[in-house]
Amino acid sequence: MADNFPEFIDTRGLRFAIDDGFSWVVAHYGDTFERMLLPLLKLLSALESFLQWLPWYVTIAVIAALTYSAARSLKATGGAVAMLVFIGALGLWNDAMATIALMLAATAVAVVIGIPLGIVMARSDWLRSIALPLLDVMQTLPIFVYLIPFVMLFGPGKIPAILATVFFAIPPVIRLTDLGIRQVDGEVVEAIVAFGATPRQKLLKVQIPLALPTIMAGVNQTTMMALSMVVIASMIGAGGLGYQVLQGIQRLEVSRGLIAGIAIVFLAVIFDRIAQSYGRRAQKHLASGE
Amino acid sequence: MSVSDVKIQVDKVYKIFGNRPDDALAELRAGAQKAEVLQSTGCVVGLKDIDFSIHRGETFVIMGLSGSGKSTLIRHFNRLIEPTAGRILVDGRNIMEMNAKELIAFRRTGISMVFQRFGLLPHQTVLENTICGPILQGVNRREAVALGMEQLELVGLKGFENRFPRQLSGGMQQRVGLARALATQADVLLMDEAFSALDPLIKSDMQEQLKDIQARLKKTIIFITHDLDEALHLGDRIAILKDGELRQVGTGEEILFRPADDYVERFVRKVDLSRALYAHEAFTRIPVLTQAEATPERSAALLGEHPGVIVARDGASRLLARGASGEAVPVASIDANAALGQCFAPLAAQNAILVTEGGTAIGMLTREMAFKALARAARPA
Repeated sequence: MADNFPEFIDTRGLRFAIDDGFSWVVAHYGDTFERMLLPLLKLLSALESFLQWLPWYVTIAVIAALTYSAARSLKATGGAVAMLVFIGALGLWNDAMATIALMLAATAVAVVIGIPLGIVMARSDWLRSIALPLLDVMQTLPIFVYLIPFVMLFGPGKIPAILATVFFAIPPVIRLTDLGIRQVDGEVVEAIVAFGATPRQKLLKVQIPLALPTIMAGVNQTTMMALSMVVIASMIGAGGLGYQVLQGIQRLEVSRGLIAGIAIVFLAVIFDRIAQSYGRRAQKHLASGE
Repeated sequence: MSVSDVKIQVDKVYKIFGNRPDDALAELRAGAQKAEVLQSTGCVVGLKDIDFSIHRGETFVIMGLSGSGKSTLIRHFNRLIEPTAGRILVDGRNIMEMNAKELIAFRRTGISMVFQRFGLLPHQTVLENTICGPILQGVNRREAVALGMEQLELVGLKGFENRFPRQLSGGMQQRVGLARALATQADVLLMDEAFSALDPLIKSDMQEQLKDIQARLKKTIIFITHDLDEALHLGDRIAILKDGELRQVGTGEEILFRPADDYVERFVRKVDLSRALYAHEAFTRIPVLTQAEATPERSAALLGEHPGVIVARDGASRLLARGASGEAVPVASIDANAALGQCFAPLAAQNAILVTEGGTAIGMLTREMAFKALARAARPA
């Protein structure tokens, strides 16, 4: 057997310090954090109950209308309706609504935090040089690693599930907001400044509208990443379609896992199509100005 | 020139790019060369000791090749770029001392700009682009739209107000840029290589249009170009910039015939007068007769006063020149806006050709007229 890697520092002390420190935070501030995030929990629960209360045909009609207004295609709309009917027919309607609620809430939070962060990042090269490696870490760190502190702070439940989802899904929207604003034609920005725009007018009248297609691509990616988190989030109490998959694993029921998995794929296809079509239309608007 | 005629005064402006501008500035003022400054401080000298004044209502052309600092210089007039040292006075007021609020007010009402690649907002219509200045000024929308439509009509874009910039050709887009700049009703107009991105025919159209507009509005225009012919054509006075230093400021004539140094001289030596002059600057307008009107008596009478007569027959125009015997003859014709150089080939074959405007013959051009126009232009001041 080869030599073991020499143990030249004792990491136990360090690990104990981190664990104890974090336990101290949990003990002293756990309640505070939980109170702070109560509105988030209420938002998610309300959204979930609302979607589950809404008659299925109304939900299907709304999603069909959204798909049509984004894609302007009967084929895409028909596809979305068929996929939703399929999900309902398999008896997964309520689970699907719980998953959609988690995804929408997480995406909304990610967008509300991520777009301003991206805007700030676009203004400062210094901030960008710090933020980019951080975002890289967030995207490559295994998801389970940050589930641990969230579960410790809040216990298993919906809050850690949504926080972990936001944390995992937020990097694209930050990155692409930054990128989109930086890519706006410098002469157009210069022109509006030369005509006396304030920094706020510059942002709202030129930078954000022109960066919108790129920002929308970021929102789309964030939506997809939020959806991809549902199975993992179900392990800490998120419920929904992911929980069905988890039960499939625990009970070794291939059918349960497969059917719930297909339902997740269908949701991904529907929402990806809606978000992408909106992004494309924003781009078309810029290109030919219709 | 009295003091009140000075609209803009540029006072010892320096611009240094790099991390140690103060050290670089001190070295420059102590007489160091740009290369030495770069070596010892790592700073690039963008502009060095720029000092001149611009008169009210004149078209002032700043002319230089790429890297001469001309685009950097023009961005100092509205502080898109801040100088390292020096002052710029507009109407006697130092714009470098304005705070953020005053600067925004100055940019909204005192100065406007036309950009090389137009800088139009792609997501807004031609009209929205045109009224962006007035809207930022806080003019109410109805008035702004009225003002915008007026400017669009002035630049010949009436009927295009609801199009988007991408739907227009380059020349039309730049006219939108011009209308947008005029709509703020600022006295000072900055034009940063405004016509350089346009193809030659559109470019000369735009130059004529700018001259027309300027004759009416009497703005103070600062025009940047790398094209000496354009500078001579448009500028009341011209400044020649090289490597961030001013080489000469003067009228076109002074620049052409009394160049201040070797660089300017080498520059202007390349000016081709046959391209800087146009047929309409050399030709003579002559009467047009129909075939029926062109009786020998009438023709002879007209030839007493004019060097020739145009006789229109079957939709074609013929020339009856003084001294030529008898009949009107078909000759080559050339557009009034053609450069004089383009007339040389037909003039080599015939002594006189017809000059047309919009396809209709309006006058004649002889070898002698072309030669005299060149001689006039080449005459030392």
